[in-house]
Amino acid sequence: MNARPRLRALINARLLDPATGLDSSGHLLIDGTRIADFGPRLFNDGLPPEAEVIDLTGACLAPGLVDMRVQIGEPGNEHKETILTASLAAAAGGVTAVACLPNTDPPIDDVSGLEFIARRAREVKLVKVFAQAAVTRQLGGKELAELGLLAEAGAVAFTDGTKAIADARVMRRALNYARTFGLLIVQHPEEPTLAAGGAMNAGELATRLGLAGIPAAAEVIMIERDLRLVELTGGRYHIAHVSTALAVDVIRQAKQRGLAITCDTAPHYFSLTESDVGDYRTFAKVSPPLRSETDRQAIIEGLADGTIDVIASDHTPQDQDSKRLPFAQAAAGIIGLETLLPLTLSLVNQKRLDLMTALRALTERPARLLGQPLGRLTIGGPADLVAFDPEIAWRVDETALRSKSKNAPFDGLAVRGRATRTLVDGRTVFALE
Amino acid sequence: MNDLAPPLAQAPACDRSGASTGAPAFLFPHRDLLAIYGLTAAEIFPILDLADHYVALNRRPNKKSALLSGRTLVNLFFENSTRTRTSFELAAKRLGADVINMAVDGSSVKKGETLIDTAMTLNAMHLDVLVVRHPESGAVKLLSRKVNCVVINGGDGNHEHPTQALLDALTILRRKGRLDGLEVAICGDILHSRVARSNIHLLNAVGARVRVVAPPTLLPAAIGRLGVDVHHRMETGLEGVDIVMMLRLQLERMQGQFIPSVREYFHFFGLTREKLAFAKPDALIMHPGPMNRGVEIDSEVADDIKRSVILDQVELGVAVRMACLDILTRQAGDQP
Repeated sequence: MNARPRLRALINARLLDPATGLDSSGHLLIDGTRIADFGPRLFNDGLPPEAEVIDLTGACLAPGLVDMRVQIGEPGNEHKETILTASLAAAAGGVTAVACLPNTDPPIDDVSGLEFIARRAREVKLVKVFAQAAVTRQLGGKELAELGLLAEAGAVAFTDGTKAIADARVMRRALNYARTFGLLIVQHPEEPTLAAGGAMNAGELATRLGLAGIPAAAEVIMIERDLRLVELTGGRYHIAHVSTALAVDVIRQAKQRGLAITCDTAPHYFSLTESDVGDYRTFAKVSPPLRSETDRQAIIEGLADGTIDVIASDHTPQDQDSKRLPFAQAAAGIIGLETLLPLTLSLVNQKRLDLMTALRALTERPARLLGQPLGRLTIGGPADLVAFDPEIAWRVDETALRSKSKNAPFDGLAVRGRATRTLVDGRTVFALE
Repeated sequence: MNDLAPPLAQAPACDRSGASTGAPAFLFPHRDLLAIYGLTAAEIFPILDLADHYVALNRRPNKKSALLSGRTLVNLFFENSTRTRTSFELAAKRLGADVINMAVDGSSVKKGETLIDTAMTLNAMHLDVLVVRHPESGAVKLLSRKVNCVVINGGDGNHEHPTQALLDALTILRRKGRLDGLEVAICGDILHSRVARSNIHLLNAVGARVRVVAPPTLLPAAIGRLGVDVHHRMETGLEGVDIVMMLRLQLERMQGQFIPSVREYFHFFGLTREKLAFAKPDALIMHPGPMNRGVEIDSEVADDIKRSVILDQVELGVAVRMACLDILTRQAGDQP
């Protein structure tokens, strides 16, 4: 490691920092693992002679993406994804930090689980891997996990993963107790009794295909209940993967009346609709389900007006055996680490979202929610960076994806924009060939 | 049954030139019959015409033809069935095919064999036709992607049951002389019914007008968008209809409670003579079977030989399945 030069100069880039609104051509200097300096006039007096120079002409340089909703599979489902394969996928997608979910096997509901993730991440040493811990023991929805001890051991947020915290009293206690330490509670917003047995969005296609539907109301009912509990407790509350127009409306109104809540969505909710299920395509089965075109448009509007704070990939690897089943039996989930940036940039290319808003939802906002000094360009801050070309046109090819599972319904999709180089702590962890 | 019986070489219905109908042999533009949705009237009527011929064949003492001699059909049923399986078996045997029945309950799943493995195993045995019934919607489609033979959907989950809709159409056609312009009420457990979905698509394709009659808990939320009028009371739903199709209340498929009690259901939605009086005087009563007498239909109505065509449906089912096998194997074997 000592052979690596201490100084690296990334030159001729379009510097983008959504935290400050910086958007100018310029250069950036890395000293070891940290950003030493950056700006348009940085090297007016010449480059430091000992610096390694990386010319980024034509590319944007931004803080590395922080993906706050990633399922990995380690421990327990290493045949679907490991910390290594997820890290490789993240690096190729320009993601420099991920926050994985606790729905592993065993679930991450105690300190040893967190320590295991941290150790594996140190061994793999590609991107930063943070862990969210369970709100309730064994994700059972009944007894609170040791939130304080887990936070002390490094948990960046708390969630029961793909299960809603359904019991109102448990949710109230979780929100209230978490205030002791200022912890963030992340909800999978779905009223389980309304969603039970459902395989896709309730609508015409589900009716025709003979599949039980999950109504949009299942999402908004849970959110509306939780908002009352947030008002009651003052807890920190974040809504994961918002998928419906109804939910966007309710969240918008709650924010307007001053409630300090946040939410995210995933690229598939602004890129695909229920019609992508087509003829029982299980790769398009996801939880919550893909919704209608009206919902898709509402998600985009929610992103544009700031109602939706964060875009997270909701990366959910599923192996072939979990997907090659009758639709209702197939596992839900879409992988997304490598398509997070291009699908988001597609909204920018379609002029639905401005570049800075899009980047903010991918960097500064999630980093702040997770309490990490990431997602921004700061002198002295960690050199976690992504260089991307917003114009490169390419087709998603599932066989070329680094993820161990290939369950991407975007296969063959034409997209524009892609990460060309990813650096974590000053070290290049991905460079596009 | 003696598979070596001399073939009915002159039987008109098995003349592949189509001379029996005076029309050129019809080629069905799909390998499989998985759903009615997507079929056009021009694809549906040739099947019904041919089935009509097979009705005559089936009424002769010697019902055997050699049309499918040497071909193998497997009935792969992941769900209990008596009439559909028997109907396909009879249809295939009367056309001279060899038939194997495989009843697979959950047991192969317990052994760890997946649907795909089952499909690939059967595919390796060079079948000609696979008839599949499965409790999951879309399972037959999934299986069809993995095999080279003709696949016929014998009912998948709540999705479709295309041969049932075809036999229902033939039953109506033979009694009423037409399908277009008829008013058809489909009553009962629409939510859990693949028969209802196939019938809605078929009847819409041929120009009939379809109503569904059921309490909202037994209707899929978007049923109106499939091109039907929605009624919640039998009295209005049956008013002036030509056909009353009753569906079986599928209590075994229900997750949770959809109706307060069977007694209440029969009171409001069971077909009785009083409710039937709202339909046209010559309205026909149909039921795909098996019936729950006293639940969705009163025995007095079900057994009324002047109105009920329930046994016609069973008879014509064999003919329709013979027609399907005939037409689909033309595609698989005889195409230049």
